[in-house]
Amino acid sequence: MRLTCPLCGPRDRREFYYSGDAVLLARPATDAPPGAWDDYLHNRDNPAGVTQDLWYHEQGCCSWLKVTRNTVTHEILSVESVAGTSTAGGAA
Amino acid sequence: MPDLIAKSALGLPPLTHAGTTLMESALPQITAIAPFPGQTGAVGDALGLAFPAPNRVTEAGDARLVWAGRDLAFLIGAAAPDGLPASVTDQSDGWVALTLSGARAVDVLARLVPLDLRGVQRGQAFRTALNHLPLVLMAEGEGAFTLLTFRSMARTAWHEISDAMEKVAARTALVQ
Repeated sequence: MRLTCPLCGPRDRREFYYSGDAVLLARPATDAPPGAWDDYLHNRDNPAGVTQDLWYHEQGCCSWLKVTRNTVTHEILSVESVAGTSTAGGAA
Repeated sequence: MPDLIAKSALGLPPLTHAGTTLMESALPQITAIAPFPGQTGAVGDALGLAFPAPNRVTEAGDARLVWAGRDLAFLIGAAAPDGLPASVTDQSDGWVALTLSGARAVDVLARLVPLDLRGVQRGQAFRTALNHLPLVLMAEGEGAFTLLTFRSMARTAWHEISDAMEKVAARTALVQ
């Protein structure tokens, strides 16, 4: 399995750490009802199909990545940097 | 301040297998430079070296600026001037530099590094892994590489690479 890091290019799965469902990017407001916090903290779907999760490029550029993939076909549909492209660019 | 004696991380003689040599380099001066937001251009101007794009190295004379991660580059072979618009930390004592060069260097690294290194050229550098060790890998030219890894893991790195070299040499002998 390979992920194409937006900064580093195509890299082996060994360089990445899996962190779980991308629902962690949508933190509820502090005054949100308990149900919203329950969903955020505990409840996860287990889809047969497209899912989004967070990966950390631990042995690379140290970016957090949001990966969209298909659990049935194992296709990687997109890899996005959570923080955007920021100032990481430079001269080739 | 007492006058401290710099000691090499390993103190081992060079090792050669299958025409490929592993050596410990002199202690490099390494300064990590993380430009403040939007300041990569200004940092490049102050250093006289363009801030490198991912997987690249820029160099001028002995000084090299090696991309080392998101918004981070290592300055090697020169001292960082004061007043850079960046977070600047001296990392020299934290790293060990090894060189691997020779006809089978790419084959040796293929056993350890999850990258296709065939055809890489000077000017390219990769933040990756040597088995499970963190690695900054710099291409020096045809079949020559400089490997930076944590000094605390120097003996493990040497062991991993020498092991891979022995296996490549054994396989070469078998085929002949």
